[in-house]
Amino acid sequence: MIQKIKKAQDMLDATCKAIGRQVNIMEVCGTHTVSIFRSGVRSLLPENLHLLSGPGCPVCVTSQGYIDIVLELAGRDDCIIATYGDMIRVPGKEGSLETKQSKADIRVVLSSEDALQIARENPDKQVVFIAVGFETTTPASAVVVQEAAKDSIDNFSILCGHKLVVPAMRALLSGMNNKIDAFLCPGHVSAIIGYGAFREIVDDFKRPCVVAGFEPLQIIDGLAEICKQLEQGKPELKSLYGAVVTEEGNAVAKQIVNECFEPADGYWRGLGKIEISALGLKSEYSKYDTSKQFGLIEKSSEEIGGCRCGEVLCGLIDPTECALFGKKCTPLKPIGPCMVSSEGACAAWYKYGQHGNK
Amino acid sequence: MCLAIPARIIELEGDKAVVDAMGNRFKAKTTLLPNVKLGDLVLVHAGFAISQVDEEEAKKTWQLISEIDDYIDTQNKLSG
Ligand code: SF4
Repeated sequence: MIQKIKKAQDMLDATCKAIGRQVNIMEVCGTHTVSIFRSGVRSLLPENLHLLSGPGCPVCVTSQGYIDIVLELAGRDDCIIATYGDMIRVPGKEGSLETKQSKADIRVVLSSEDALQIARENPDKQVVFIAVGFETTTPASAVVVQEAAKDSIDNFSILCGHKLVVPAMRALLSGMNNKIDAFLCPGHVSAIIGYGAFREIVDDFKRPCVVAGFEPLQIIDGLAEICKQLEQGKPELKSLYGAVVTEEGNAVAKQIVNECFEPADGYWRGLGKIEISALGLKSEYSKYDTSKQFGLIEKSSEEIGGCRCGEVLCGLIDPTECALFGKKCTPLKPIGPCMVSSEGACAAWYKYGQHGNK
Repeated sequence: MCLAIPARIIELEGDKAVVDAMGNRFKAKTTLLPNVKLGDLVLVHAGFAISQVDEEEAKKTWQLISEIDDYIDTQNKLSG
Protein backbone atom coordinates (compact mmCIF):
# COMPACT_ATOMS: atom_id res chain seq x y z
CA MET A 1 0.00 0.00 0.00
CA ILE A 2 2.74 2.43 1.01
CA GLN A 3 4.46 1.68 -2.29
CA LYS A 4 1.29 2.40 -4.23
CA ILE A 5 0.84 5.67 -2.41
CA LYS A 6 4.46 6.59 -3.09
CA LYS A 7 3.99 5.89 -6.78
CA ALA A 8 0.82 7.97 -7.00
CA GLN A 9 2.52 10.71 -5.03
CA ASP A 10 5.52 10.75 -7.38
CA MET A 11 3.23 11.07 -10.36
CA LEU A 12 1.35 13.88 -8.70
CA ASP A 13 4.62 15.66 -7.88
CA ALA A 14 5.87 15.42 -11.44
CA THR A 15 2.62 16.69 -12.92
CA CYS A 16 2.36 19.59 -10.51
CA LYS A 17 5.93 20.56 -11.29
CA ALA A 18 5.10 20.51 -14.98
CA ILE A 19 2.07 22.71 -14.41
CA GLY A 20 4.40 25.16 -12.68
CA ARG A 21 1.86 27.38 -10.93
CA GLN A 22 -0.43 27.07 -7.93
CA VAL A 23 -3.19 24.54 -8.51
CA ASN A 24 -6.42 24.86 -6.51
CA ILE A 25 -8.60 21.79 -6.27
CA MET A 26 -11.84 21.89 -4.37
CA GLU A 27 -13.32 18.84 -2.69
CA VAL A 28 -17.08 19.15 -2.53
CA CYS A 29 -17.66 16.51 0.05
CA GLY A 30 -17.43 16.56 3.81
CA THR A 31 -16.33 12.94 3.98
CA HIS A 32 -13.44 13.75 1.65
CA THR A 33 -12.52 16.67 3.90
CA VAL A 34 -12.39 14.49 7.00
CA SER A 35 -10.54 11.70 5.27
CA ILE A 36 -7.99 14.08 3.73
CA PHE A 37 -7.23 15.62 7.12
CA ARG A 38 -7.41 12.45 9.15
CA SER A 39 -5.09 10.49 6.92
CA GLY A 40 -2.58 13.27 6.53
CA VAL A 41 -2.99 13.37 2.74
CA ARG A 42 -2.32 17.11 2.81
CA SER A 43 1.20 16.57 4.10
CA LEU A 44 1.94 14.38 1.07
CA LEU A 45 0.96 16.95 -1.51
CA PRO A 46 3.31 19.00 -3.64
CA GLU A 47 3.77 22.55 -2.45
CA ASN A 48 1.93 24.18 -5.29
CA LEU A 49 -1.18 22.01 -4.85
CA HIS A 50 -3.74 23.70 -2.66
CA LEU A 51 -6.89 21.92 -1.49
CA LEU A 52 -10.02 23.92 -0.82
CA SER A 53 -12.90 22.48 1.20
CA GLY A 54 -16.07 23.43 -0.60
CA PRO A 55 -19.72 23.57 0.39
CA GLY A 56 -19.92 19.83 0.91
CA CYS A 57 -21.23 19.60 4.40
CA PRO A 58 -25.01 20.06 4.54
CA VAL A 59 -24.85 21.39 8.07
CA CYS A 60 -22.34 24.07 7.10
CA VAL A 61 -24.33 25.38 4.15
CA THR A 62 -27.67 25.51 5.95
CA SER A 63 -28.64 29.15 6.15
CA GLN A 64 -29.14 31.06 9.32
CA GLY A 65 -32.74 31.74 8.23
CA TYR A 66 -33.48 28.01 8.18
CA ILE A 67 -31.96 27.51 11.63
CA ASP A 68 -34.07 30.37 12.95
CA ILE A 69 -37.23 28.65 11.68
CA VAL A 70 -36.14 25.43 13.36
CA LEU A 71 -35.63 27.27 16.63
CA GLU A 72 -39.02 28.94 16.31
CA LEU A 73 -40.70 25.56 15.85
CA ALA A 74 -38.78 24.14 18.78
CA GLY A 75 -40.34 26.86 20.92
CA ARG A 76 -43.87 25.53 20.29
CA ASP A 77 -45.57 23.18 22.76
CA ASP A 78 -47.39 21.25 20.06
CA CYS A 79 -44.27 20.22 18.13
CA ILE A 80 -41.71 17.48 18.39
CA ILE A 81 -38.55 18.22 16.41
CA ALA A 82 -36.86 15.17 14.91
CA THR A 83 -33.39 15.87 13.59
CA TYR A 84 -30.16 14.26 12.49
CA GLY A 85 -27.59 14.67 15.24
CA ASP A 86 -25.31 17.12 13.44
CA MET A 87 -27.91 19.86 13.39
CA ILE A 88 -28.50 20.29 17.08
CA ARG A 89 -25.44 22.42 17.79
CA VAL A 90 -25.70 24.78 14.85
CA PRO A 91 -26.08 28.28 16.23
CA GLY A 92 -28.94 30.52 15.13
CA LYS A 93 -29.73 34.03 16.20
CA GLU A 94 -30.85 32.84 19.62
CA GLY A 95 -28.98 29.77 20.68
CA SER A 96 -29.13 26.32 19.09
CA LEU A 97 -31.42 23.31 19.40
CA GLU A 98 -29.04 22.06 22.03
CA THR A 99 -29.52 25.11 24.22
CA LYS A 100 -33.29 24.81 23.75
CA GLN A 101 -33.32 21.12 24.54
CA SER A 102 -34.37 21.52 28.15
CA LYS A 103 -37.62 23.22 27.17
CA ALA A 104 -38.50 21.75 23.80
CA ASP A 105 -39.09 18.18 22.69
CA ILE A 106 -36.15 17.51 20.40
CA ARG A 107 -35.30 13.99 19.31
CA VAL A 108 -32.13 12.99 17.53
CA VAL A 109 -32.83 10.36 14.88
CA LEU A 110 -30.55 8.25 12.70
CA SER A 111 -33.03 8.01 9.89
CA SER A 112 -36.11 9.70 8.48
CA GLU A 113 -37.94 6.44 9.24
CA ASP A 114 -37.37 7.00 12.95
CA ALA A 115 -38.91 10.45 12.64
CA LEU A 116 -42.03 9.01 11.03
CA GLN A 117 -42.19 6.40 13.77
CA ILE A 118 -42.21 9.18 16.39
CA ALA A 119 -45.22 10.66 14.57
CA ARG A 120 -47.01 7.31 14.69
CA GLU A 121 -46.38 7.07 18.41
CA ASN A 122 -47.40 10.67 19.22
CA PRO A 123 -50.64 11.33 17.36
CA ASP A 124 -51.44 14.39 19.50
CA LYS A 125 -48.22 16.21 18.49
CA GLN A 126 -46.96 17.64 15.22
CA VAL A 127 -43.71 15.92 14.38
CA VAL A 128 -41.39 18.07 12.27
CA PHE A 129 -38.48 16.36 10.56
CA ILE A 130 -35.51 18.62 9.88
CA ALA A 131 -34.88 17.47 6.34
CA VAL A 132 -31.43 18.71 5.36
CA GLY A 133 -28.83 17.10 3.18
CA PHE A 134 -27.71 16.78 -0.39
CA GLU A 135 -28.80 14.28 -3.02
CA THR A 136 -27.55 11.35 -0.93
CA THR A 137 -29.99 12.14 1.85
CA THR A 138 -32.98 13.42 -0.10
CA PRO A 139 -34.33 9.99 -1.13
CA ALA A 140 -34.70 9.07 2.56
CA SER A 141 -37.00 12.07 3.02
CA ALA A 142 -38.95 11.27 -0.14
CA VAL A 143 -39.58 7.70 0.99
CA VAL A 144 -41.07 8.75 4.34
CA VAL A 145 -43.23 11.49 2.82
CA GLN A 146 -44.72 8.89 0.51
CA GLU A 147 -45.11 6.49 3.40
CA ALA A 148 -46.85 9.14 5.52
CA ALA A 149 -49.22 9.84 2.62
CA LYS A 150 -49.92 6.15 2.08
CA ASP A 151 -50.62 5.51 5.78
CA SER A 152 -52.46 8.84 6.24
CA ILE A 153 -50.19 10.04 9.01
CA ASP A 154 -51.31 13.63 9.29
CA ASN A 155 -49.19 14.85 12.18
CA PHE A 156 -45.91 14.50 10.26
CA SER A 157 -44.18 17.05 8.07
CA ILE A 158 -40.72 17.87 6.82
CA LEU A 159 -38.98 21.24 6.92
CA CYS A 160 -37.42 20.86 3.53
CA GLY A 161 -33.86 22.13 3.36
CA HIS A 162 -32.53 19.71 0.74
CA LYS A 163 -29.96 21.13 -1.60
CA LEU A 164 -28.41 20.28 -4.95
CA VAL A 165 -24.66 20.05 -5.46
CA VAL A 166 -24.25 20.90 -9.14
CA PRO A 167 -26.00 24.32 -8.98
CA ALA A 168 -23.74 25.24 -6.03
CA MET A 169 -20.66 24.30 -8.05
CA ARG A 170 -21.94 26.44 -10.93
CA ALA A 171 -22.51 29.35 -8.55
CA LEU A 172 -18.99 29.04 -7.16
CA LEU A 173 -17.47 29.07 -10.62
CA SER A 174 -19.60 32.00 -11.70
CA GLY A 175 -18.51 33.98 -8.64
CA MET A 176 -15.89 36.65 -8.94
CA ASN A 177 -12.42 35.86 -7.63
CA ASN A 178 -12.96 32.16 -7.60
CA LYS A 179 -9.71 30.33 -7.88
CA ILE A 180 -11.02 26.83 -8.40
CA ASP A 181 -9.15 24.91 -11.09
CA ALA A 182 -10.96 21.59 -10.68
CA PHE A 183 -13.30 19.56 -8.52
CA LEU A 184 -12.81 16.34 -6.65
CA CYS A 185 -16.44 15.29 -6.89
CA PRO A 186 -18.49 13.74 -4.10
CA GLY A 187 -18.66 9.94 -4.15
CA HIS A 188 -21.88 9.27 -2.33
CA VAL A 189 -23.87 12.02 -4.00
CA SER A 190 -22.72 10.45 -7.26
CA ALA A 191 -24.03 7.08 -6.12
CA ILE A 192 -27.50 8.64 -6.37
CA ILE A 193 -27.29 11.17 -9.21
CA GLY A 194 -24.62 9.36 -11.23
CA TYR A 195 -21.28 10.86 -12.20
CA GLY A 196 -22.83 11.95 -15.50
CA ALA A 197 -24.47 14.80 -13.57
CA PHE A 198 -21.14 16.64 -13.42
CA ARG A 199 -20.66 16.68 -17.18
CA GLU A 200 -22.21 20.15 -17.44
CA ILE A 201 -19.45 21.56 -15.24
CA VAL A 202 -16.79 20.16 -17.55
CA ASP A 203 -18.63 21.28 -20.68
CA ASP A 204 -19.67 24.75 -19.54
CA PHE A 205 -16.74 25.76 -17.33
CA LYS A 206 -13.90 23.62 -18.69
CA ARG A 207 -12.92 22.34 -15.26
CA PRO A 208 -11.87 18.74 -14.63
CA CYS A 209 -14.39 16.80 -12.51
CA VAL A 210 -13.17 13.55 -11.01
CA VAL A 211 -15.15 11.30 -8.67
CA ALA A 212 -12.96 9.39 -6.24
CA GLY A 213 -13.33 7.14 -3.23
CA PHE A 214 -12.47 8.17 0.30
CA GLU A 215 -9.43 6.16 1.13
CA PRO A 216 -6.05 8.02 0.95
CA LEU A 217 -4.78 6.22 -2.14
CA GLN A 218 -8.08 6.79 -3.93
CA ILE A 219 -7.91 10.47 -3.07
CA ILE A 220 -4.31 10.86 -4.27
CA ASP A 221 -5.18 8.97 -7.46
CA GLY A 222 -8.08 11.36 -7.96
CA LEU A 223 -5.85 14.39 -7.49
CA ALA A 224 -3.23 12.93 -9.83
CA GLU A 225 -5.88 12.39 -12.51
CA ILE A 226 -7.06 15.98 -12.13
CA CYS A 227 -3.51 17.35 -12.37
CA LYS A 228 -2.81 15.24 -15.42
CA GLN A 229 -5.84 16.76 -17.12
CA LEU A 230 -4.80 20.26 -16.10
CA GLU A 231 -1.31 19.72 -17.41
CA GLN A 232 -2.61 18.49 -20.74
CA GLY A 233 -5.21 21.24 -20.85
CA LYS A 234 -7.94 18.65 -21.37
CA PRO A 235 -10.64 18.89 -18.70
CA GLU A 236 -12.66 15.70 -18.51
CA LEU A 237 -15.29 13.94 -16.52
CA LYS A 238 -14.04 10.78 -14.89
CA SER A 239 -15.06 8.40 -12.14
CA LEU A 240 -12.40 6.45 -10.31
CA TYR A 241 -15.01 5.11 -7.93
CA GLY A 242 -16.39 2.37 -10.12
CA ALA A 243 -17.16 0.06 -7.23
CA VAL A 244 -19.94 2.35 -6.07
CA VAL A 245 -20.76 4.90 -8.73
CA THR A 246 -22.28 4.50 -12.20
CA GLU A 247 -22.84 7.15 -14.84
CA GLU A 248 -26.62 7.12 -14.31
CA GLY A 249 -26.72 6.64 -10.55
CA ASN A 250 -29.61 5.05 -8.69
CA ALA A 251 -32.65 5.21 -10.97
CA VAL A 252 -35.12 4.13 -8.27
CA ALA A 253 -33.92 6.82 -5.89
CA LYS A 254 -34.03 9.50 -8.58
CA GLN A 255 -37.58 8.49 -9.49
CA ILE A 256 -38.84 8.64 -5.90
CA VAL A 257 -37.23 12.04 -5.42
CA ASN A 258 -38.84 13.31 -8.64
CA GLU A 259 -42.23 12.10 -7.51
CA CYS A 260 -42.07 14.13 -4.29
CA PHE A 261 -39.89 17.13 -4.97
CA GLU A 262 -39.45 19.84 -7.54
CA PRO A 263 -36.56 22.25 -8.05
CA ALA A 264 -36.74 25.46 -6.03
CA ASP A 265 -34.53 28.41 -5.16
CA GLY A 266 -32.28 27.79 -2.21
CA TYR A 267 -30.58 29.88 0.44
CA TRP A 268 -27.00 28.84 1.15
CA ARG A 269 -24.76 30.04 3.88
CA GLY A 270 -22.01 31.99 2.24
CA LEU A 271 -23.37 31.64 -1.24
CA GLY A 272 -26.68 33.40 -0.60
CA LYS A 273 -29.70 32.70 -2.75
CA ILE A 274 -29.01 30.43 -5.69
CA GLU A 275 -31.72 29.87 -8.25
CA ILE A 276 -32.93 26.29 -8.63
CA SER A 277 -30.39 24.93 -6.18
CA ALA A 278 -32.75 23.32 -3.72
CA LEU A 279 -35.81 21.11 -3.63
CA GLY A 280 -39.32 21.83 -2.46
CA LEU A 281 -42.19 19.39 -1.95
CA LYS A 282 -44.60 19.14 -4.87
CA SER A 283 -48.06 20.59 -4.29
CA GLU A 284 -49.68 17.18 -3.94
CA TYR A 285 -47.55 16.66 -0.84
CA SER A 286 -47.99 20.15 0.60
CA LYS A 287 -49.77 18.62 3.59
CA TYR A 288 -46.38 17.28 4.61
CA ASP A 289 -44.57 20.56 4.07
CA THR A 290 -43.82 22.16 7.45
CA SER A 291 -43.33 25.64 6.01
CA LYS A 292 -46.76 25.53 4.29
CA GLN A 293 -48.45 24.05 7.34
CA PHE A 294 -47.12 26.64 9.71
CA GLY A 295 -46.91 29.48 7.21
CA LEU A 296 -43.17 29.94 7.61
CA ILE A 297 -40.97 31.57 5.02
CA GLU A 298 -37.22 31.26 5.04
CA LYS A 299 -35.71 34.68 4.86
CA SER A 300 -32.19 35.37 3.91
CA SER A 301 -30.66 36.61 7.10
CA GLU A 302 -27.48 38.07 8.30
CA GLU A 303 -24.92 35.71 9.54
CA ILE A 304 -23.24 35.76 12.88
CA GLY A 305 -20.88 38.68 13.27
CA GLY A 306 -17.27 37.95 12.51
CA CYS A 307 -17.86 34.41 11.24
CA ARG A 308 -16.34 33.97 7.80
CA CYS A 309 -17.85 30.55 7.05
CA GLY A 310 -19.21 31.92 3.81
CA GLU A 311 -15.77 32.72 2.47
CA VAL A 312 -14.40 29.42 3.78
CA LEU A 313 -17.15 27.50 1.97
CA CYS A 314 -16.44 29.33 -1.27
CA GLY A 315 -12.75 28.49 -1.04
CA LEU A 316 -11.82 32.18 -0.81
CA ILE A 317 -10.00 31.92 2.51
CA ASP A 318 -8.54 29.18 4.67
CA PRO A 319 -10.15 28.81 8.13
CA THR A 320 -7.07 30.19 9.87
CA GLU A 321 -7.67 33.52 8.13
CA CYS A 322 -10.78 33.99 10.29
CA ALA A 323 -9.86 36.04 13.34
CA LEU A 324 -12.12 33.94 15.56
CA PHE A 325 -10.58 30.62 14.52
CA GLY A 326 -9.22 28.69 17.50
CA LYS A 327 -9.76 31.64 19.80
CA LYS A 328 -13.42 32.51 20.25
CA CYS A 329 -14.47 29.70 17.94
CA THR A 330 -13.56 26.09 18.74
CA PRO A 331 -15.42 22.78 18.30
CA LEU A 332 -16.52 22.98 21.94
CA LYS A 333 -17.82 26.51 21.53
CA PRO A 334 -18.53 26.86 17.83
CA ILE A 335 -19.56 30.21 16.47
CA GLY A 336 -20.24 29.17 12.92
CA PRO A 337 -21.47 25.92 11.39
CA CYS A 338 -18.12 25.10 9.78
CA MET A 339 -16.83 24.52 13.30
CA VAL A 340 -19.91 22.56 14.43
CA SER A 341 -19.94 19.71 12.03
CA SER A 342 -17.07 17.25 12.23
CA GLU A 343 -17.01 17.55 8.45
CA GLY A 344 -16.76 21.31 8.43
CA ALA A 345 -13.52 22.81 7.17
CA CYS A 346 -12.91 24.85 10.33
CA ALA A 347 -13.39 21.84 12.60
CA ALA A 348 -11.06 19.73 10.47
CA TRP A 349 -8.33 22.40 10.50
CA TYR A 350 -8.73 22.81 14.23
CA LYS A 351 -8.64 19.14 14.99
CA TYR A 352 -5.95 17.98 12.61
CA GLY A 353 -3.94 21.10 11.86
CA GLN A 354 -3.37 22.67 8.50
CA HIS A 355 -1.57 19.66 7.08
CA GLY A 356 -3.76 17.04 8.67
CA ASN A 357 -3.10 14.19 11.06
CA LYS A 358 -1.80 16.42 13.86
CA MET B 1 -20.28 13.50 0.02
CA CYS B 2 -22.49 12.06 2.63
CA LEU B 3 -21.07 9.52 4.99
CA ALA B 4 -22.22 6.08 4.01
CA ILE B 5 -21.18 2.86 5.67
CA PRO B 6 -20.79 -0.45 3.84
CA ALA B 7 -22.77 -3.22 5.49
CA ARG B 8 -23.90 -6.76 4.72
CA ILE B 9 -27.58 -7.63 4.60
CA ILE B 10 -28.14 -10.36 7.17
CA GLU B 11 -31.93 -10.25 7.42
CA LEU B 12 -34.36 -9.10 4.78
CA GLU B 13 -38.13 -8.86 4.83
CA GLY B 14 -39.74 -6.77 2.12
CA ASP B 15 -37.69 -3.57 2.15
CA LYS B 16 -36.70 -3.88 5.79
CA ALA B 17 -33.23 -5.21 6.38
CA VAL B 18 -30.90 -5.79 9.26
CA VAL B 19 -27.32 -5.13 8.21
CA ASP B 20 -23.94 -5.78 9.74
CA ALA B 21 -20.98 -3.41 9.52
CA MET B 22 -17.85 -4.53 11.34
CA GLY B 23 -19.93 -6.41 13.88
CA ASN B 24 -22.36 -3.56 14.46
CA ARG B 25 -25.89 -4.48 13.55
CA PHE B 26 -28.54 -1.98 12.65
CA LYS B 27 -31.73 -1.55 10.66
CA ALA B 28 -31.70 -0.31 7.11
CA LYS B 29 -34.34 0.05 4.41
CA THR B 30 -33.72 -1.29 0.93
CA THR B 31 -36.50 0.72 -0.75
CA LEU B 32 -33.99 2.38 -3.07
CA LEU B 33 -32.37 -0.92 -4.10
CA PRO B 34 -35.30 -3.23 -4.78
CA ASN B 35 -33.14 -6.04 -6.21
CA VAL B 36 -30.77 -6.72 -3.34
CA LYS B 37 -30.59 -10.13 -1.72
CA LEU B 38 -29.57 -11.59 1.59
CA GLY B 39 -25.78 -11.50 1.89
CA ASP B 40 -25.31 -8.52 -0.47
CA LEU B 41 -23.05 -5.65 0.53
CA VAL B 42 -24.65 -2.22 0.41
CA LEU B 43 -23.71 1.33 1.34
CA VAL B 44 -26.03 2.60 4.06
CA HIS B 45 -26.65 6.31 4.50
CA ALA B 46 -29.17 7.77 6.98
CA GLY B 47 -30.87 4.40 7.38
CA PHE B 48 -31.19 3.66 3.67
CA ALA B 49 -29.15 1.41 1.41
CA ILE B 50 -28.18 3.68 -1.50
CA SER B 51 -25.95 1.52 -3.64
CA GLN B 52 -24.36 -1.88 -3.85
CA VAL B 53 -20.67 -2.17 -3.21
CA ASP B 54 -18.06 -4.87 -3.80
CA GLU B 55 -16.12 -6.75 -1.18
CA GLU B 56 -12.82 -4.96 -1.77
CA GLU B 57 -14.33 -1.48 -1.59
CA ALA B 58 -16.26 -2.39 1.57
CA LYS B 59 -13.06 -3.55 3.25
CA LYS B 60 -11.24 -0.35 2.32
CA THR B 61 -14.04 1.77 3.73
CA TRP B 62 -14.32 -0.25 6.95
CA GLN B 63 -10.61 0.21 7.42
CA LEU B 64 -10.94 3.94 6.88
CA ILE B 65 -13.90 4.24 9.24
CA SER B 66 -12.15 2.35 11.98
CA GLU B 67 -9.29 4.81 11.69
CA ILE B 68 -11.52 7.84 12.09
CA ASP B 69 -11.45 8.02 15.84
CA ASP B 70 -14.88 9.43 16.34
CA TYR B 71 -16.61 6.72 14.37
CA ILE B 72 -19.01 6.03 17.23
CA ASP B 73 -20.19 9.62 16.86
CA THR B 74 -20.33 9.47 13.13
CA GLN B 75 -23.07 6.85 13.08
CA ASN B 76 -25.23 9.56 14.40
CA LYS B 77 -24.29 11.88 11.68
CA LEU B 78 -25.79 12.98 8.50
CA SER B 79 -22.51 14.50 7.53
CA GLY B 80 -21.47 16.03 4.28
S1 SF4 C 1 -13.49 29.71 12.60
FE1 SF4 C 1 -15.56 29.78 13.43
S2 SF4 C 1 -16.22 31.88 13.17
FE2 SF4 C 1 -14.43 31.60 11.84
S3 SF4 C 1 -15.28 31.00 9.85
FE3 SF4 C 1 -14.89 29.10 10.96
S4 SF4 C 1 -16.82 28.63 11.99
FE4 SF4 C 1 -16.94 30.80 11.36
